[in-house]
Amino acid sequence: MTEDLYHDIILDHYRAPRNRAPELENADVRVHHNNPLCGDELDLRLRVDNGEVPVIDAVVYDGEGCSISMASASAMTEAVIGRELSDAEDLARDFRAMMHGEPVGREDDLLDGIAFSGVAKFPVRVKCALLGWMALRDAIATFEQGADSNRVTHEETPL
Amino acid sequence: MLDVTTLRKDFPVLERQVHGRPLVYLDSAATSQTPQQVLDAVDGYYTRYCANVHRGVHALAEEATAAFEHARGRVAQFLRADVRGVVFTKNATEAFNLIAYSWVPSNMGPGDVLLVTQMEHHANLVPWQLVQQQVGFDIEYVPVTGDGRLDLDVFDEIVGRGKVKLLAVTAMSNVVGTINPVASMAERVRAVRDDAVVVVDGAQSVPHMPTDMAALGADFLCASGHKMLGPTGVGVLAARPELLERMPPFLGGGEMIADVTMQGSTFNEVPYKFEAGTPPIAEAIGLGAAVDYLDGLGMDNVRAHEERLIGACIAALTGIDGVTVHGPHDPAVRGAAMSFAIDGLHPHDIGTIMDREGVAVRAGHHCAKPLVRSLGAVATTRASFYVYNTADDVAALARGIEITKEFFGGRMVR
Repeated sequence: MTEDLYHDIILDHYRAPRNRAPELENADVRVHHNNPLCGDELDLRLRVDNGEVPVIDAVVYDGEGCSISMASASAMTEAVIGRELSDAEDLARDFRAMMHGEPVGREDDLLDGIAFSGVAKFPVRVKCALLGWMALRDAIATFEQGADSNRVTHEETPL
Repeated sequence: MLDVTTLRKDFPVLERQVHGRPLVYLDSAATSQTPQQVLDAVDGYYTRYCANVHRGVHALAEEATAAFEHARGRVAQFLRADVRGVVFTKNATEAFNLIAYSWVPSNMGPGDVLLVTQMEHHANLVPWQLVQQQVGFDIEYVPVTGDGRLDLDVFDEIVGRGKVKLLAVTAMSNVVGTINPVASMAERVRAVRDDAVVVVDGAQSVPHMPTDMAALGADFLCASGHKMLGPTGVGVLAARPELLERMPPFLGGGEMIADVTMQGSTFNEVPYKFEAGTPPIAEAIGLGAAVDYLDGLGMDNVRAHEERLIGACIAALTGIDGVTVHGPHDPAVRGAAMSFAIDGLHPHDIGTIMDREGVAVRAGHHCAKPLVRSLGAVATTRASFYVYNTADDVAALARGIEITKEFFGGRMVR
């Protein structure tokens, strides 16, 4: 059962994170999300290619947290770079559905994100896997409102 | 000296396996396991003399009342407390709330200081903060030093200002195990202000070392049943009876009254004035059996056993590369609840891998966020030992840490 939680792909993202960086040149938005009850802290920076249809040009994350939260943020960045904002939001909704044990429509588009499906069996860890995706949705919403930063504290059930 | 091999047979749960491995239970600071003797006492109430207490004249009611009051007497002896001051609550948290909502509003006001420490469990912080909003006294904190002790210089300075009306302090930290010099702190507070009272959190100390309420200098002592081999659902407030007599009731209802008319009520004598409604009867009787069990072992023996185990544990863990043991390292000044960190690993990941190995540890903030923050952490992993733990359990913990390090090994260091 532990193998469902710590899938090899998840451990790989934890040990060798993708798009993890403290800064992003010409970033349009920076959001900070934290979960004080488990102590996860996540910074996410987004740069948008604002053409006729806005597209995610770059996204980086940084922070402190458990392997699930950090690896999920890493896998998320690979799945959304190059996507239109609305498409990335749709994918985030799909990931959330998967975390609640619902059918996944865009299995292939989630790339390594699909490896997190087993986390759904560990209810107390679901919020860890969702942290990066929630930060992404917030960053897109913040951008669309014309703002450049936001901070969110997630109050969850204590472990 | 404890005969641990024999006493382990009293704990049915220790025979079970977790994820196909023998259970290594290192979370007694959260909840202790229950010996058969306590289970039998609870079962005996339900199978032979289940009835409400202090009411009715039939045989079962009389037997239930006698067993319930016998348990109160045993708890009083165990704490060296006056039996008239022993109130059964649902947990230690309720005992703190009773003091906060009954004693504090009629005894404290603006200008008074309620002194707590940064080491406290939330149960010994939040009730004071809540009642502060209604009453308007000040709350000050004794800070914690880098090695997990109270900063007694700051304590002296705060007390010296003459405003401390209530000191609330834990006798033993639930996170880093520190045993605090409660008796001398109580003496100091009273020397400056003779109307000050001292509230001692005994939730961690009472199960693990001999307790003498007067020697501690405690006016109020709070303890928890399920951390001392007893059932959940019962806690204890031990108080000086003359304090209880002057305090207004906390909860109203049956049992706590002398007379009730349409115009008002008069109240029962102590401690019954503070036991509104049907009390946790089976749980209190079970707690009485737990006290018998611990007395049978001898609390000096319990303390000596845990001092040896925690000494061996700290020696083993400090020898592992990348492991930090929080709090004092000298077993003579600490109990057997120990927090540790592994470089670069989150406690929730550590706890999950440990669980796979059958080792039950606690990961989180242990309801003591101000203390955990002082360690520079947001969460820790905690192993805590009790009478049924052995040197093999210490070895299992050390092995679990090595396995955890290996499992997450190769993580890119940034």
